[in-house]
Amino acid sequence: MTGLQVRNLTTLFDTPRGQAHAVDGVDLDVAPGEVLGLVGESGSGKSVTLRSILRLIRPPGRVTGQVAWQGRDLMALGPAALRQVRGGEIAMIFQEPMSALNPVLTVRAQIEESLRAHTTLDRAGRRRRAAELLDRVGMPDATRRLDDYPHQFSGGMRQRVMIAIALASEPKLLLADEPTTALDVTIQDQILKLLLDLRDSMGMSVLFVTHDLGVVAATCDRVAVMYAGRVVEMADVLDLFDAPRHPYTRGLLGSVPRGGAERTLLTSVEGTPPSLTALPPGCAFAPRCGWATEDCRSAVPPMEVFARGHAVACIHHQRVAA
Amino acid sequence: MTAEPLIAVRGVHKRFPVRRSALDWLLRREVLAVQALAGVDLDINRGETLGVVGESGCGKSTLARCLVRLLEPDEGLIRFDGKPTDDRSREGRRRFHRRVQITFQDPYSALNPRMTVRQVLAEALAVHRMRPASGFPSRIAELLDLVRLPQDAADRLPHAFSGGQRQRIGIARALAVEPDVLVADELVSALDVSVQAQVINLLLDLQGRLGLTVVFVAHDLRLVRHISHRVAVMYLGRVVEVGPTEALFSGPVHPYTVALLAAAPDLNPRRRTTRAATLGELPSPLAIPPGCPYQTRCPFVFDRCRTERPVLTEHTPGHAAACHRPA
Amino acid sequence: MRAARRWPATLVAGGIILAASLVLALVPSLVAPYDPDAFDYAALLAGPSAAHPFGADNFGRDMLSRVIHAYTIDMQIALFATVVPFLVGTAVGALVGYTGGLAEAVFGRVVDAVITFPFLVLVIAIVAVLGPGLRNMYVAVGVVGWVFYARLIAAEISVQRRLDYADAGRAMGYGPLRIIFRHLLPNAITPAIVYWMTDMALAILLGSSLGYLGLGAQPPTAEWGTLIADGKNFMTTAWWIAVFPGLAIVLTGLGFSLTGDGLAELLAPRR
Repeated sequence: MTGLQVRNLTTLFDTPRGQAHAVDGVDLDVAPGEVLGLVGESGSGKSVTLRSILRLIRPPGRVTGQVAWQGRDLMALGPAALRQVRGGEIAMIFQEPMSALNPVLTVRAQIEESLRAHTTLDRAGRRRRAAELLDRVGMPDATRRLDDYPHQFSGGMRQRVMIAIALASEPKLLLADEPTTALDVTIQDQILKLLLDLRDSMGMSVLFVTHDLGVVAATCDRVAVMYAGRVVEMADVLDLFDAPRHPYTRGLLGSVPRGGAERTLLTSVEGTPPSLTALPPGCAFAPRCGWATEDCRSAVPPMEVFARGHAVACIHHQRVAA
Repeated sequence: MTAEPLIAVRGVHKRFPVRRSALDWLLRREVLAVQALAGVDLDINRGETLGVVGESGCGKSTLARCLVRLLEPDEGLIRFDGKPTDDRSREGRRRFHRRVQITFQDPYSALNPRMTVRQVLAEALAVHRMRPASGFPSRIAELLDLVRLPQDAADRLPHAFSGGQRQRIGIARALAVEPDVLVADELVSALDVSVQAQVINLLLDLQGRLGLTVVFVAHDLRLVRHISHRVAVMYLGRVVEVGPTEALFSGPVHPYTVALLAAAPDLNPRRRTTRAATLGELPSPLAIPPGCPYQTRCPFVFDRCRTERPVLTEHTPGHAAACHRPA
Repeated sequence: MRAARRWPATLVAGGIILAASLVLALVPSLVAPYDPDAFDYAALLAGPSAAHPFGADNFGRDMLSRVIHAYTIDMQIALFATVVPFLVGTAVGALVGYTGGLAEAVFGRVVDAVITFPFLVLVIAIVAVLGPGLRNMYVAVGVVGWVFYARLIAAEISVQRRLDYADAGRAMGYGPLRIIFRHLLPNAITPAIVYWMTDMALAILLGSSLGYLGLGAQPPTAEWGTLIADGKNFMTTAWWIAVFPGLAIVLTGLGFSLTGDGLAELLAPRR
């Protein structure tokens, strides 16, 4: 068994207002070398899913389910074994490089720390590798910049540093939590191309969390759409954009202007997402859905695979497609 | 004959000095300043939506604030309806603010946490004498309707509302004084995609109904393309290209515009590129090189670019770019 | 849907204590069993008993009645010694915090100068110059005390004025006074109000300290500090003369502190 298989991942938080179902029974697969996009708006649970996979959720959050990586269940690993995997075979990069990087350590120190934990290189070897890594992520003047501190870099450069640290152990899976959301368009473009390039040269898989459909179209092989803690649609990127089957996915795609119909009204999805502490019985999207019927409100629709690689959690998906 | 622009920006400069310590002052070190606007020329025509796009440090937010007189330019002039906007008298200022309004990006700090919607709107109506006090309740009800908020929103505090609703309250506040111009400074950037669509639709509707002139400042190219009649592209405090939306997006002239449009991810997964559209980073606005601001990243740079600053020149009617390359 | 905010327990407890203190201060004669100045030679230095729950002093005066009557003076001290600094400090702090720049820098140095001095020493010095008595104490506290409020307000206003809603006010064409006092101040005043509660407790301590030193309330005015001074010579023989006024100070001070905490919780803005 290779790659990542997530089954029935559920993350609950105890809050003063009740139990929040941040992630509710999520199933995902990431094949080796594949880029899976996890897309959703705020509160959809996409970032929590990522953190739950690496067991980064602390009480009052509780994670249940199975996360199989290369055949081993990460949920069952002891602390030492888990530490080996984190930053080793599975690396993670974050949205805000300034808070993810240690401001009082040089870039060199942070890269070498990862090398020390996950490789068997000696001191000289680590120094060489750190310079190689920084160069590999497109940092101009890499050797000199190794001795700089995070605040001396611009946003895009800090992201490159974070990627270099993540790559130090030659991970097989990269978890990326909105890595380009805080960056300007031209810099985002550079970072996305870098990630794809690294994926090609290192054979890495990527689980890419984002809210930006453009980023999904530009980078992902397959996409999972999340709403209110659940996956509502999963498909090949081409299929998702050509023929979305879930009403929410359609609404989302319609909300983004595509060239050709300037100054016309966008398809907007009325209303707001439900509170995670008070999910409606049945389909979470039903209150906002134009196709909803009584059946939708009585039971949570299961994910139904209706075509190769395309699954949707909607009992009316045939009608939606028409 | 073209009509006079409603707002005419000419040669506007704005610097923000970096704070000095006492030591800097004693040693007479040179005052460093961020050159936020470095000579901006722009026209805004009555009834149109002008999109202003650019990345960090381009100065679009500073320009937005200068347009509504939250900031005063260091050099240059802004004319509104033919008259310069530097009238410092209280009455003059108040009259100006009645006609040119602004909305802010962050829905969570743009509203006073301790004022209800009613109080916010009533204050605007009172200070600008828009209605007699007896007319406030009905006008407030109208404004809430206008921005598609429920009537019971009037007596609630901001914390009871979502981000999208707060932005609508901000719009209602701006519209309470019945302005001619609305400057929307990253109106929807802090909102979720589906909520963005709701607010954009509202803006389109309002513009049609009220005949508003809108300056839509944003970094999201798709939204700007969707909503604007004309677009201005800014880079390091200058306008580098301006023109009708379709012409600019289908035939960009300035190398930065070309790169910006190429860098924006396409919503069509079949059209993917592997090479990045630009090289290098945005230069620091503290030390802008002389000549063209884009010289450090431009694939077509030549000698003249490094010494002489290009000015906006028309390539086709209404479509101008600031570039030394021959047309 | 708006959930009603629950009254914090500290506010309720503190409020009860203060309400009771206020009643005692306003109508002491209704509550006190005896005339506080009435001598009773039959009860000289009598210990706590049914007839005299707080005992009697060396003139046979009932301590309970004396402590109760002293509420009037001490609550007055709490109010008068703090309200002017609160109002003046808030106004100055708001203006300085909004203006920023040189005004803020100069103000900062003034604050540094004042808070370096021990407050009690400063007040005693001023009172020593002006002469003993409560009125001069109010003057002394007023001259120095406003700085603490101004500092809190200036800091908070300095933060609030950088938020977008302040810019929104300016963009609406509102003048600076309206923006400072109608928009910013309600969001900045909570720390000052909470401090005011603590300040009132401190004012009572100050008044009592000065009273104890003979520089505050002058005899025959019953004030807890003077009562303690009267009792200090009898600490080993008739401890109740000094101790019960002391407990009154503690209890009232506690009332103010709890109220301050409760208000801080109640007034915290919701995002």
